[in-house]
Amino acid sequence: MTYLARSPWVIHYDASSCNGCDIEVLACLTPLYDIERFGIINTGNPKHADVFLVTGSINEQNKEVIKNIYNQIPEPKVVVAIGICATSGGVFRECYNVMGGIDTMIPVDVYVPGCAARPEMIIDGVVKALGILEEKWAKMEAGKK
Amino acid sequence: MNLNIITGIIFLILAPLIGGLIAGADRIVTARMQGRVGPPLLQPFYDVSKLFEKETMVVTTTQYVYVVAYIVFIAFTGALFFSGGDILLVVFALTLAHVFLIMGAYASRSPYSVIGAERELIMLMAFEPAIILCAAGMYLVSKSFFVRDIISYNGAIILLIPGLFFAFLYVFTMKLRKSPFDISTSHHAHQELIKGLTTDFSGSVLGITEIAHWYETVFLLGFIYLFFAFNPVIGIIALIVIYLLEIYIDNVSARVRWSFALKSAWIITAVLGIVNIGILFFRWW
Amino acid sequence: MELLIFLILFPALAGLLVLLLPKDFLHGAVVKCSALIVAIVSVVLFAAEWNKGIQIYSLASEPTGQLIFLIELLIAIFLLYIGIKNRQYLVIGLVIVQTALVIWLEMAHPVSEITKNLFVDELTLIMALIVGVIGGLIAIYATGYMREYHLQHKEARDRRPLFFCLILVFLSAMFGLIFSNNLVWIFFFWEVTTLCSFLLIGYSGTEDAKKNAFSALWMNLLGGLGFVIALIALTFIKGSSFELMTLITTGPAIALIPAVLIGFAGLTKSAQLPFSSWLLGAMVAPTPVSALLHSSTMVKAGVYIIVRFAPVFEHTYAGYAIALVGAVTFLIASMIAISQSNAKRVLAYSTVANLGLIIACAGIGTYEAMWAAIFLIIFHAIAKSLLFLCVGTAEHSLNSRDIEDMDGLVLKMPKVAGMILIGIAGMFLAPFGMLMSKYATMRAFLDTPGGFLLILILAFGSAVTVFFWSKWMGKIISVPPSSGETIEKRVSISEWAALYSLSALTIVVCFLIPVISSVIVERFLKTTYGMTTSLPFENVVIMILMLVLVLILPLTFLHYRKDKKHTGPYMCGRPVNDAYAFEGSLGIRRELVISNYYLDSWFGEAKLVPVGCAAGVVLILISFAAMLIGGVIL
Repeated sequence: MTYLARSPWVIHYDASSCNGCDIEVLACLTPLYDIERFGIINTGNPKHADVFLVTGSINEQNKEVIKNIYNQIPEPKVVVAIGICATSGGVFRECYNVMGGIDTMIPVDVYVPGCAARPEMIIDGVVKALGILEEKWAKMEAGKK
Repeated sequence: MNLNIITGIIFLILAPLIGGLIAGADRIVTARMQGRVGPPLLQPFYDVSKLFEKETMVVTTTQYVYVVAYIVFIAFTGALFFSGGDILLVVFALTLAHVFLIMGAYASRSPYSVIGAERELIMLMAFEPAIILCAAGMYLVSKSFFVRDIISYNGAIILLIPGLFFAFLYVFTMKLRKSPFDISTSHHAHQELIKGLTTDFSGSVLGITEIAHWYETVFLLGFIYLFFAFNPVIGIIALIVIYLLEIYIDNVSARVRWSFALKSAWIITAVLGIVNIGILFFRWW
Repeated sequence: MELLIFLILFPALAGLLVLLLPKDFLHGAVVKCSALIVAIVSVVLFAAEWNKGIQIYSLASEPTGQLIFLIELLIAIFLLYIGIKNRQYLVIGLVIVQTALVIWLEMAHPVSEITKNLFVDELTLIMALIVGVIGGLIAIYATGYMREYHLQHKEARDRRPLFFCLILVFLSAMFGLIFSNNLVWIFFFWEVTTLCSFLLIGYSGTEDAKKNAFSALWMNLLGGLGFVIALIALTFIKGSSFELMTLITTGPAIALIPAVLIGFAGLTKSAQLPFSSWLLGAMVAPTPVSALLHSSTMVKAGVYIIVRFAPVFEHTYAGYAIALVGAVTFLIASMIAISQSNAKRVLAYSTVANLGLIIACAGIGTYEAMWAAIFLIIFHAIAKSLLFLCVGTAEHSLNSRDIEDMDGLVLKMPKVAGMILIGIAGMFLAPFGMLMSKYATMRAFLDTPGGFLLILILAFGSAVTVFFWSKWMGKIISVPPSSGETIEKRVSISEWAALYSLSALTIVVCFLIPVISSVIVERFLKTTYGMTTSLPFENVVIMILMLVLVLILPLTFLHYRKDKKHTGPYMCGRPVNDAYAFEGSLGIRRELVISNYYLDSWFGEAKLVPVGCAAGVVLILISFAAMLIGGVIL
């Protein structure tokens, strides 16, 4: 196990979400769930982060922002799309300004559906993402050699 | 040369370990105060190891130079202190180290980094008089600037310069970057300034900054120990109590504005400094 | 002795030659050669005299004395003419009173019997090196700078021969001032520096320049008046002497009154509060003038004379009051420097502040304080001249002297930026000279009962100093968007020569601290006080170690340069283009503007200058009262 999996720092971005999923993401920080047990910290800064949590769907306003944040996360990194809007666009899918789920803009590694996604599921998603993070790191190291 | 180089080298080796453990314990105690379980004790080491595993992105390569200079001079500061060197030079070296850190933040030119840098400078400005006056007070008591002479002074320094000690304690929070003075950067999830000073550091650059911070914590605790050097047991207990107090303050207070931080630190330092230094100068005891 | 007379006369004669040469004929060459000769001769003088202790030379007072008196009258008439022409009544009044007193002094108490008119000791030699080498380098720099200056400032009449003449005469006057043992002569050279600075500040002839020149003039004339009164007091005090070196050994009982009065003159000349405004106003002059006034001449004449009288001030209330004037000036001027964005004004306030520190040391007057004061003088002269010249060079390329416009200078003008960084580091960072002198200052304050308030002021002042220098450094090193080409090409060779020499000096002299201390300063202290001090050996080693580290660490850049992934600064996710522009809300294109903190509501000029001036006036009055009580009644 690499140290990556022991200290995944997350950045959370609200892409036109209704705030439901965001509340649930933040709920993970509360004493009830206490994700800091796993070394997870909400950094709020892509340059420090390993895991990118996105809620809500892509639209014209935020597509560049999401791309920019994604680009500023140093490798290796994983993206977790949280909530049904983030996975597919959800009920807003057909809206004139919505382009769809997060994967229309950046590669997504884990999908956590739900409206809103429950904290347990979010934690589960992040833990799944950690496995992928390790794989990516192994690939990165192999690439270096 | 009367420097005890061996203790200096021991500091260089042990300080990151001790500093990391203190940071780990700090996080657990903080979590318990908030009714959480908290991370494992070794979490800070995991974090820093991870940072070195990651890719490093820079806005400008010069960031590296400044951060490396920062850790070199922080380590230098502590080593000089623990080998019994001149306490004023220790203070000067500490300032130099911080100026390098601040330059690292300025170099990236992001608004968050720059505001963090400016605020860190304000914190430096608030912190400096207290530590200089502490050094002055210790000189007046022990008639020497050398740490080795101060530590072997037979008498309770804390009883002669309690005022300066409290002034130092007040600004100690700033150096630990704890609430209510965590305005330049913070370990917690306050995000109005993103990460302030360290916003544009990533990967190994951030890792170096963290290790430097451990060095600094150990050095500062060593500085506080000087006040209690007459009795090691009391000294260690005092350090533990003071650190727990800092964690407590961190958890019960909200961030203040820079103006309050600066004003309060200056007023406290000035008032306590005038009284305490005056007493020492004119030997009123 | 020949060298002394040469140094006093040669620059002035060279200056007259420049004035008399036909237009645009060999001016630059003459100035460069004579500046070089002055620098070399002052080094030769140093080499010849450094180990000889105090050397007093006899030189007949007449006819030099009569000549000096004549020139003094001519200067008075000239100032009177200028004053009347510009309706400066304050100046007219001061000139009349001063001249009347001088004439009375000359008629009633001719001091022709003094023969020991010139002297050299270690302090003099250090001052001579500062004036000769740094002043010389500034003169060389000026030849390149002034050509560019007149291309950019069409409003100023091109009177370059006069300019160079004045600069050289200025150097002459400084040499005269430091070599003279006769106080009447010192006063004469004192007045010549006042005149030269007045003319140089008003050089461009604009309204602003005129106004500031006159404010410099009246303040310095006021100081001159103090000097004359000191001379008159000398004729009344039994056992006193017009010979400087004799006077300062007579102790406070006799020498305190003249010392405080001359100290007052020194305070005006070194622009302490409440007289700081003239030095700030002097910023309107071309940069070499500022550099000259701030580093090697003028203000250094003020602190030099106070440092000379420091043994008299030791353990006196008057001396303590003067020290407090210096200390308060140090604190307040440093604070005001935070609120300034004009680079030259920041430098000016920092000069005022550092001079305050030197005066605080001199007012305390113990041997430890003197050690600190002398080193402060040396390092301040070098680093400050370097900074001024750098800012002047940058100003010509950027067309601005605002620190905000120096954003990313490190890419635009890498060499100049590096030099500014060296200069700033020399002013406030640890292993460099100023901070080592501050170390000695602190120790000196702690070892004397009078240091109680001073140490507090110093602690706060130092903290403030860190703030305004660091944010300036930060501005220079922050990497700007796509900066393109460097714009250093227009800088002339003579400017580079001066800049490189001064940068090298800033660093080399730090390494030489132990040598300068043991070879020069400690000898001086030994003869003056019988006691001496120096930095502990261990600290010297640590300091040199730090210096080496600071010089080596930038090399890590070479190691980290390769294959690092670059990314833009974090802008909250907003994509930023090369010009640091981004789409703001409502689709409006905005540009990122980053500005330093100036904390104007705390440290603004309007807020602090009145406080400082009031404190300065009160403290000066206290020093006068202490002088009268200590010198006359008791």
